[in-house]
Amino acid sequence: MTAPRKTAPEAVLAARNVAKSYGQVHALKGVNFDIHRGHVTTLFGENGAGKSTLMKILSGVIQPTSGEIVLDGQPVSFANANEARDRGISIIHQELSLAPNLSVRDNIFMGREITGPTGVDFAEEERQVRALLTELEEDIHPLTPVENLRLGQQQIVEIARALSVDSRILIMDEPTSALSASEVEVLFKVIRDLTARGVSIVYISHHLEEALTITDHAVVLRDGVMTAYAPRAEIDLEWIVRNMVGENYDLGSPPVTERGQVALSIRGLSVPDATGQDLVRGLDLDVRAGEIVCIYGLMGAGRTEVLETVAGRLRATAGQVVLDGHEISHLSIAGRIARGLALVPEDRQRDGLVQTMSVGQNLSLASIGRFTRGLFTSRRDERALVDDSIRQVTVKTSGGHAAIGSLSGGNQQKVVIGKMLATQPRVILLDEPSRGIDIGAKAEVFRLLATGAKSGLAVVYSTSEVSECLSIAHRIIVMHKGRISAEFDSSVSKEQIMAASGESVAA
Amino acid sequence: MSATTTTAPAKPRSLNIGRLLLEGRAFFALIAIIAVFSVLSPNYFTVGNLLIMSSQVAIYGILSVGMLLVILNGGIDLSVGSILALSGVVAGALMQGVEIDALGVILYPPVWAVVVLTLCVGAAVGAVNGVLVAIFKVPPFVATLGVMYVARGVALLMTNGLTYNNLRGSEALGNTGFNWLGFYRIGGVPISVIVLAVVALAAGLMLARSAFGRWLYASGGNERAAELSGVPVRRVKITVYAVSGALAAVAGLVLASQLTSAGPTAGTTYELTAIAAVVIGGAALTGGRGNVRGTMLGAFVIGFLSAGLVIIGISSYWQTVFTGAVIVLAVLMNSLQYGGGPRKG
Repeated sequence: MTAPRKTAPEAVLAARNVAKSYGQVHALKGVNFDIHRGHVTTLFGENGAGKSTLMKILSGVIQPTSGEIVLDGQPVSFANANEARDRGISIIHQELSLAPNLSVRDNIFMGREITGPTGVDFAEEERQVRALLTELEEDIHPLTPVENLRLGQQQIVEIARALSVDSRILIMDEPTSALSASEVEVLFKVIRDLTARGVSIVYISHHLEEALTITDHAVVLRDGVMTAYAPRAEIDLEWIVRNMVGENYDLGSPPVTERGQVALSIRGLSVPDATGQDLVRGLDLDVRAGEIVCIYGLMGAGRTEVLETVAGRLRATAGQVVLDGHEISHLSIAGRIARGLALVPEDRQRDGLVQTMSVGQNLSLASIGRFTRGLFTSRRDERALVDDSIRQVTVKTSGGHAAIGSLSGGNQQKVVIGKMLATQPRVILLDEPSRGIDIGAKAEVFRLLATGAKSGLAVVYSTSEVSECLSIAHRIIVMHKGRISAEFDSSVSKEQIMAASGESVAA
Repeated sequence: MSATTTTAPAKPRSLNIGRLLLEGRAFFALIAIIAVFSVLSPNYFTVGNLLIMSSQVAIYGILSVGMLLVILNGGIDLSVGSILALSGVVAGALMQGVEIDALGVILYPPVWAVVVLTLCVGAAVGAVNGVLVAIFKVPPFVATLGVMYVARGVALLMTNGLTYNNLRGSEALGNTGFNWLGFYRIGGVPISVIVLAVVALAAGLMLARSAFGRWLYASGGNERAAELSGVPVRRVKITVYAVSGALAAVAGLVLASQLTSAGPTAGTTYELTAIAAVVIGGAALTGGRGNVRGTMLGAFVIGFLSAGLVIIGISSYWQTVFTGAVIVLAVLMNSLQYGGGPRKG
């Protein structure tokens, strides 16, 4: 760990040994870093590294388990986000926090309306909103309902709201994810104006290049620990990636397996998005038994939609899904599971786990038929199945009766995978199986998939981390805007993959 | 790390007793009610009175088993009181004879046929709820509220607002025995209580030991996860509403048999009592948590409390106040029990 350098202007806000745990899950394990007056400090790190948790602590949204926050040299503790805002710290959240039914004006002044003798001074509010939007070069009428705006415009409104508070410290958690290139330009101009006025910015982005153009300092987090800290002059893209993923970052290599027949065949698959337009168009893919295929793509490339359509959650507008030579497009999710096709969904809290049920009940949920004898379930057979699963996927738990919430993120993910493996599938689809789990658990998950492939399982997993493509996959499919833009074998380089996905890594 | 581990060992002992009281609250409440009223009135704790009270609880108890299934699924069924009335009226109409104009005859179906037809009507109305909720995505509160009005209206239309009074049938027509459900006893135990016991046992076994029970808990706890695990969530949903409707019909038959009359206004607000019993029994209105044992205790708490208040001569207005207070207390305790864990997201 590099010690914070004192070359920059004085620190306005600093984290001192800040840690945060949720039960067994340690999101942050003692982080130190400074935010300097009038500078942009960027936080880099993979999903689940603890960036958002740290930002929520700095802005008072959540409280640290231990450690302290130092503001202007004084230790402070914020009970809630309003207290932090009163001290000049505001945050633009990754998930938009706007009320869609209210107008832009009402959203910007939500909770701190300008009031006069006759109630809310709408005219003054509107004037200020116009001024803010002019500064952001966005032509939106202040009375437009937020739900009528494009996602990018909504993000601008979110930014305008944070600017309207006159913050000294502004935290931006992925502010550009929905912005167009020209909107990003404007935002960066605003950021430069703000820093010139002495406002300190904390910036988080997955677009490494973009972040490098604006930042003054870089902080890298990995698995809840700060791994590096340096001023802009000393860093480059390669430095960030190395610190993000670690020196000895090894998720295994493609296992030697016996390729069998084509287990899963997707032909001309088209999937509509929420508005009915085709998000995925005419996708073809064959996966053989014993083969591991990785689907790489940016957010919105259509990975999740493809996997959910193959699993039967979404309905295709065109195309066929063939499993072991049998057309399964007409089958329900349950029917496809019975035929040997299982999906491990992207969001395990929302789609994977039943929080009201125990670890064992979650593990056995997809294969109740295997221990049902006549009318009733057999407790002995269920316990045998659960114990087997716990051993197979190496869940660290006190047993099948334990509450699912008592497990760490990685172990919860293993439960979801174990649940689907218990259905004895021939093809398993995993949507971002490594999302939000630590590096050790990632390696275990990939080892599990490699073991499955050796015994003839066809594995398809999606990811948004290039390093995970170059681990156990025999074949790498890159998706870009609903199409397969490239297909590589495991000897491909990171740069080739990223170029094919539409990421601009010109460096 | 050290800060989190040092605070933990201090509390567990006192917490365990609190935990026990909290988890067994419906049971302890029932014991307390029986103890208090036994002291206040010598007539309360007698076999005779307990059986009479139990046969009154039976109606609510049967309804609340159905309600439990719906609530476990994350829904609510406001229509059970109306289905109860409609079923009673249908049974009454069948007992009066069905006139077939084309043949110029009046058909008097035997009692077993009346019972079967009535159960089918209840299940069918319940299935309408289920289809509205599962297929047409109408929120359960609204769907069952609508069906509550419609079923009540149909019951009123069928009878023109009047009550079928003589449901005893006649020897000559071969349709006697309708009052058997309400009046007869086996080994001194009223049939209605036996019906309740059978319904509760069947539901309990179904929830604890069958695949359907597991599906129900899973889809109530997290419908998306259940669906992706291959649970037929729509079928589960339609089934629980249909079962709730059928059980409302059972309750309607028992009530009509006890009164030997069937009126279109029977069972008004019974759905609320059934919901109260389920909530007092510790089930979460958000779905996925609860069991038959708790719900039965809840039904007996409500029934024994109001009967006790009647026996010691307290105004029925006070009964309403007490029942309300018990419900609020129960919900408070539910949030204590389930709200303790860390919230995600």
